[in-house]
Amino acid sequence: MNKFATPTKGIDWWLSIGLSWLMGVAVLLLLLIVVFLTYEAWPVLHGGSWVQFFNDEGWFPLENKLGLLPMLWATLAVSFGALVLAFPLGLGSAIFIEYYAPVFVGKPFSSVVTLLAGIPSVVFGLWGLTELVPLINSIHPPGASLLAAILVLTLMILPTITLTSRSALSSLPSHLLQSSAALALSKKSMIIGVLVPSALRGIIGGVLLALVRALGETMAVLMVAGNVVQTPTGLFEPVRVLTANIALEMAYATDNHRAALFASGILLMILVFCVAWIASRLSSGEVNGYD
Amino acid sequence: MFAKVGVGVGVIVTTFLMMLSGQSPLHAKENTKLVLTGSSTVAPLALEMAKRFEKTHPGVRIDVQTGGSSRGVADARAGRADIGMASRSLKQSESDLFSYTIAFDGITIILNKKNPIKTLSKNQIRDIYTGKIKNWNQVGGRDSRITVVNKAEGRSTLELFLQYLDLKNSDIKASVIIGDNQQGIKTVSGNPGSIGYVSVGAAEFEADYGTAIKLLPMGSVDAPLSRPLNFITKQKPHGIIKQFILFAQSTVVNDLIEEQYFVSLAEPSK
Repeated sequence: MNKFATPTKGIDWWLSIGLSWLMGVAVLLLLLIVVFLTYEAWPVLHGGSWVQFFNDEGWFPLENKLGLLPMLWATLAVSFGALVLAFPLGLGSAIFIEYYAPVFVGKPFSSVVTLLAGIPSVVFGLWGLTELVPLINSIHPPGASLLAAILVLTLMILPTITLTSRSALSSLPSHLLQSSAALALSKKSMIIGVLVPSALRGIIGGVLLALVRALGETMAVLMVAGNVVQTPTGLFEPVRVLTANIALEMAYATDNHRAALFASGILLMILVFCVAWIASRLSSGEVNGYD
Repeated sequence: MFAKVGVGVGVIVTTFLMMLSGQSPLHAKENTKLVLTGSSTVAPLALEMAKRFEKTHPGVRIDVQTGGSSRGVADARAGRADIGMASRSLKQSESDLFSYTIAFDGITIILNKKNPIKTLSKNQIRDIYTGKIKNWNQVGGRDSRITVVNKAEGRSTLELFLQYLDLKNSDIKASVIIGDNQQGIKTVSGNPGSIGYVSVGAAEFEADYGTAIKLLPMGSVDAPLSRPLNFITKQKPHGIIKQFILFAQSTVVNDLIEEQYFVSLAEPSK
């Protein structure tokens, strides 16, 4: 009997060692990244010189003007703009697939959505640059604009919202559906009054996941947003987001310019941490959102 | 089995740390290796030259990496690269380094092919880029808004352009800011009202392949807007480094220079 018990215990032990190794590596890497970012950005952070990121007029690093605020607003405008468009579309698609679509429609539809999630961002960017931007340009020049960035990002985060909302809806316990059906509720009031509110926590989790992706997206936005550093004032104005700023200038930057780019990386990370924190706050508490 | 996984993870982590510290275990010193880093304009040319050089010099491996002129200069100075590549002359603060011109590149204004404008004077270009002229009909074109395409900060094309027009980057009122030449060409070809400036090499290449742009050469014949493509070294070059620089400056590589639409040293008149 021992012969069997010991190896089982041994495997468990090795598994826990292996897993804690893996976890340790993940945490270590994250810490290394934070340390590295801070180290590289230090020349523009120490001695309170970081206030220039919020006080300087505009971003002209070669003239020592390092204002990051316009790009921070642009990042938020692009991300939340995309969220506002993608949320109703995504939730609507999820409800359709889950409750309304006949199998022969729902199946292909959901595989199309999954496919959409797999398209590399640079492909979206290329499509935006060669099709969407000229189209917007014909309505209101220059075409490369906040609107173009929002539309491209909407397409990119739509599958995330659809798929997570759908899995939140489909993991609801079947007694919810049965009891509301027993109350002779119409399908519409079942969905609006019972099912969606019960799955809300999972849905919001997916939305925040999509928001993090939108905040971090670089290539597609870089290609369609116009990249002019200015506080966004209209949908047709070109803007530059923080990630695009890093990608555009990093290879060519030296000294303080380079350090300021690392600092914008830190700012972006803080932003993402905030969203992740809110997400974890929302998903903690009761595990079953319907309770 | 799990012990193996643990060891495997250990190996992965060690490899990663070695990659971080830049000591790849694969690069033992069995060959002579030259590292070139810098300007993305020079890099494709240097790569072709390197291929040809490697053929005639067995045992020599030349590694070409891009990252902009400033990085080329910084890497040459710090010893991270044997040769730095820069698409500009050395600045005053960099006069301790050695620079060897291998070819010239021009900068050209590009317009969309549908734009009827044939010429623009230097003053008109300056007024367009500073936002004083906002519509093409002010310079004899159609009634449509001008989309000003500018380069991102730190690029040597931008520096030369600003120097030529005697402007600061904060004077420019851009509608679109681009990274590399390709993105600029795509932006201009997709927008009939736009104006941009890129490397002549890249623009001629694209125009030949039917991209919807047209070139408006900048500067007059006697003072063209051109820039040298340079190899930068920290010390006076010797040995294999010297051989490669002399090779790059020789007429043997003229066909490579012309293939990429640059101007070789042999015809300085252009």
